[in-house]
Amino acid sequence: MTASVASARKQPARGRSFTALVSAIIRHIILVVLAASFMLPFYWMVSSALKDDSQVYTVPPVWVPNPAHWNNFADAWLQYDFNTYMVNTVTRYAVPVTLGVTLSSAIVAYGFARLRWPGRDVLFFICLTTMMVPFQVTMVPLFITFRRLGWLNTYLPLVVPGYFGAPYFIFMLRQFFLTIPEELSDAARIDGAGELGILFRIILPLARPALTVVALFQFMGAWNDYLGPLIYINKDRLYPLALGIQRLRTMLAGVGIAPMAYSYLMAVSTVATVPILIGFFFTQRTFIEGISLTGLKG
Amino acid sequence: MATTAVRPRRMTGYQWRSLVRGLLFVSPWVIGFAAFTIYPLVSSLYYSFTRFDLLNPPVYLGLSNYVEIFTQDPLFRRVMGNTIYYVGLSAPLGVVAAFLMATLLNTRIVGRSVFRAIFFFPAIVPAVVTAMVWAFLLNVQYGAINATLRGLGLPTIPFLAKPSLAKPSLILIHMWAQGSAIVIFLASLQDVPRTLYEAATVDGANAWHKFWHITIPMCTPVILFNLIMGFIGGFQNFTLPWLLTGGGPNQATEFYSLHLYRNAFNYMRMGKASALAWILFVIIVTLTVLLFTSSARWVYYAGAEE
Repeated sequence: MTASVASARKQPARGRSFTALVSAIIRHIILVVLAASFMLPFYWMVSSALKDDSQVYTVPPVWVPNPAHWNNFADAWLQYDFNTYMVNTVTRYAVPVTLGVTLSSAIVAYGFARLRWPGRDVLFFICLTTMMVPFQVTMVPLFITFRRLGWLNTYLPLVVPGYFGAPYFIFMLRQFFLTIPEELSDAARIDGAGELGILFRIILPLARPALTVVALFQFMGAWNDYLGPLIYINKDRLYPLALGIQRLRTMLAGVGIAPMAYSYLMAVSTVATVPILIGFFFTQRTFIEGISLTGLKG
Repeated sequence: MATTAVRPRRMTGYQWRSLVRGLLFVSPWVIGFAAFTIYPLVSSLYYSFTRFDLLNPPVYLGLSNYVEIFTQDPLFRRVMGNTIYYVGLSAPLGVVAAFLMATLLNTRIVGRSVFRAIFFFPAIVPAVVTAMVWAFLLNVQYGAINATLRGLGLPTIPFLAKPSLAKPSLILIHMWAQGSAIVIFLASLQDVPRTLYEAATVDGANAWHKFWHITIPMCTPVILFNLIMGFIGGFQNFTLPWLLTGGGPNQATEFYSLHLYRNAFNYMRMGKASALAWILFVIIVTLTVLLFTSSARWVYYAGAEE
């Protein structure tokens, strides 16, 4: 131990750069192995989507299907009505709830961030604590209420609450609004602008990155949601993608296993993942900044 | 709403106007809070004291739902044990894994943003897709892992089919989807002032000392945050066990939220489900308060005294 320290001291530059190089190589090897194992499920999903049954039921497994059956995607998607599920997800759920959440959260966040009024901080604190209330606690009474309103088998129970702001996004937007210099609002006030005018003409255009994050998160939340539709939607014509995939599984792999069950399941799973991948790819920086923001200020 | 916020002290006209204006801006949330949080909370407490099957009006029962849950529900103990097992392991393990990976990413790495994207991505994949892919990947017969093992003539691993392996398998999948925690940790690691490390180097600290005495203490607020999120999320874990194992095999993955869901929507026992929900609520609040109280001992807030 002491000997190695002494020798390291004798030739500091070379010794240090050598150990640094070794450590860098080790770190990169670990990362590559980790990354490969993180990707493995996705690789398995896509490669299985391209197989036929003879390639699926093989030991050892086929890693690169040859021939690749690209038509599986279209076959599975069209044969099992996934266009309907996707249209339902987007038009009935994701788009309306994203619009509502983004707009209402921005208005509420403005009230918490840029206006001064008695009781504001108390209310904001209450708003934050509601994030702790588990979904399961409000699930039963909300179901009973929405059922009484005749909202079962509609997307209203999943969309309407969004129009009253979401605490998580109110918090995120508030943090962002706080960083916008007060002088901008003051200047607009001197020019006679009202608070709504300031919000829509000055704050929101400046907050576009934060609004993008909110819209993106909410859209994905709706796209990925399973439990919400599971509770409220029972008609398969109204299913979103998440329930559609689950339905396909019970149809193909429920009792016995139907032909092409795994390939088709992996094919529709791949198609359901691609929009998320594309959205993430193009907005990666905004996305990651958004996540970092919530953690640091939390 | 205005009347409750106005305190006895008299307010000037300007204060009045600013109060009304402020409340108008936050009114969407105030109304939503009343309708979608307060009202359900209160009525859920009420339902928890009743028998209610949706078809007949609720019948007041006093505490008997709670008594039943703690003394007669044959599954409750099992469910509680499963949930504590899962939460107790998945939350800390998830935090440790995410922290180590973030630390690794925070060193000098070629292509850091690519690695970060790869580690992050599983967190945003639809839960249904995660379930379908892992169910197939871990399949005993033809899943990638077991088919490989069989090809090599090795014994297979019944990940989801064996009671003793089902929970660890779900924890493994949980650790695969730690993307948000990794990203949050990475951001907080990058916020640690370089001067601290430089000063430590001057004092002769090695890499391990720096990690243990600078990196970890500086990140404790974020560790606390991720731990709390892990606990809360763990107690509410529903979709993956529901789709992957359906609570089985032999009820090894029958977790709290599955039990609650079944009582509400399969057995139409809204009263008992509400009681289960309130017990869950009390557990989560207690745990969070405990974590926060303990945090005074182990969380370091930069800028605070000391």
